[in-house]
Amino acid sequence: MITAGIDCGAKNTKTVILKDGEIIGRGVVLTGFDQEAAGADSLAKAIKYAGIGRDEIERIFGTGSGKDTVKIADDTVNDIKAMAKGAIFFFPGARTVIDVGAEEGRAAKIDDKGEPVDFAINEKCAAGAGVFIETMGRALGTPLEEMGALALTSEKEVPMNAQCVIFAESEVVGLIHAKTEKQDISKAIHDSMASRIVSMIRHIGVNEDVVMIGGVGNNPGILAAMKRELKLKKILFPGRPELGAAVGAAVAAVQ
Amino acid sequence: MSKETKQEFWQWTESNWVSPDINWRDAQFVTVGIDVGSVSSQSVIMADGQIYAYGNMRTGFGSLNSARKAYILALEATDGLPEGRLDYCIGTGYGRVNVPFADRSLTEIACHARGAHFIYGPKVRTLLDVGGQDIKAIQCDEKGKVTNFLMNDKCAAGTGRGMEVFADLLGVPINEVGERSFKFRGEEPAAVSSTCVVYAKTEAMGLLRKGWTTEEVLAAYCKAMAERIYSLVERVGVKAEFAVTGGMAKNRGVMDRVMPLVGLYRMTTEWDTQIAGAVGAALFGFALCKKGKRRKNRKFPWTR
Repeated sequence: MITAGIDCGAKNTKTVILKDGEIIGRGVVLTGFDQEAAGADSLAKAIKYAGIGRDEIERIFGTGSGKDTVKIADDTVNDIKAMAKGAIFFFPGARTVIDVGAEEGRAAKIDDKGEPVDFAINEKCAAGAGVFIETMGRALGTPLEEMGALALTSEKEVPMNAQCVIFAESEVVGLIHAKTEKQDISKAIHDSMASRIVSMIRHIGVNEDVVMIGGVGNNPGILAAMKRELKLKKILFPGRPELGAAVGAAVAAVQ
Repeated sequence: MSKETKQEFWQWTESNWVSPDINWRDAQFVTVGIDVGSVSSQSVIMADGQIYAYGNMRTGFGSLNSARKAYILALEATDGLPEGRLDYCIGTGYGRVNVPFADRSLTEIACHARGAHFIYGPKVRTLLDVGGQDIKAIQCDEKGKVTNFLMNDKCAAGTGRGMEVFADLLGVPINEVGERSFKFRGEEPAAVSSTCVVYAKTEAMGLLRKGWTTEEVLAAYCKAMAERIYSLVERVGVKAEFAVTGGMAKNRGVMDRVMPLVGLYRMTTEWDTQIAGAVGAALFGFALCKKGKRRKNRKFPWTR
């Protein structure tokens, strides 16, 4: 059976095609302002990658903040279910899933059957989402992709007081003016964001295995900071964490 | 070769002022209040508890320098007031610990209430201070003493800094935001739904793309800020009379949308609403002088 999951996020729209429990296609495009087109484009990309025909896909499920705009989907699955199923797909032992994307953060507690039993969401404040690191990277003059690696080279504790993205931006500029080393500022940025995410997770409690999905999962600086903050030895993450929810939607389509 | 300069829409005018009616030479006590905020800094020089001169400017990097610069700005406006004549100096605000020449520091909550009591008169019971980086709702008694307060300093939504970011995004000079936010046709647009400034920016860009005018987007954002500000006021409770201090008091776009929610008129003043905290600080200094307190260490100049 071949199914597809389309995760329409604030920044990127991701499609994953699943065949008998295996990922055979994926497509990622920028969401932009036309979410419907982004959904169709990412699906087309994934179909091309898989080398199959459009009619071979039996069912398509949409998820993510823009799921209702994805008209090509047969049905939608809520974000929490999608992230839980996505995490279980990669790591059957997952009990806590964290999904941090560009503009939202979510955490879900999963029971032994792989069903979400509790969750916490932050969609109101940008300080706990990917846009935080992106904005700080701009202030620091460092590309987003290099921010995490840069943070790992620092062992200093530089306190950051501001929680809000807007205030933190001024604070980062202040730190630059005070001649604080770039890597130390980057670490402070990651520590600050990690503590925001962790305070969200604490609402539902932490059970291992902890799995991180969403685009922010690509950032080694955040993973390291979260491990420190949660006092955990390991946080699991798939090779392409940003595809997690799309995989979950494709799994839901099978079921 | 043409030189291109980017207009800084968020920039507001820095100013200083001196009273034409007061002569410091006749004063028994000359006191200084310095309010170092996160976005703006003010210094007020008082002669026997009356406002003699003030300076209002943007806080630069490092509160230390900002305190000194705001002080110099006020001193420059005076009619040759020598520093040796200064009897007491109190620092307040977010950067109050960084006023090296202050005799002591006081919280901005106490100073704002005291300052509003002076600027607006003793009838003030509820004071809303919307500054660059925080919102305070304060209740005070007939003496200007704080009886209750609430503060939000964690989030830029509803603060002056948030408005600056928005002014910059829409390319509207910050002092024109208020007026222009009423220049829409037809019905007033609904408030933007995002609380966070970062998300509101994205939402605003989407609205512009949908064909909204800049004025309509401004109206929707001012409305959202008003709702955000009111939620804090509501929690502390409203008692008449109602007064507003801080930079946002100058923004009609937000304040004219807050007041219908409050259900009262706001008091009016001729004074610059941004100086309230520094006025309060200088007044506390004056009160201490009357009790016999003096500078212990007269180390001048403060200007260097």
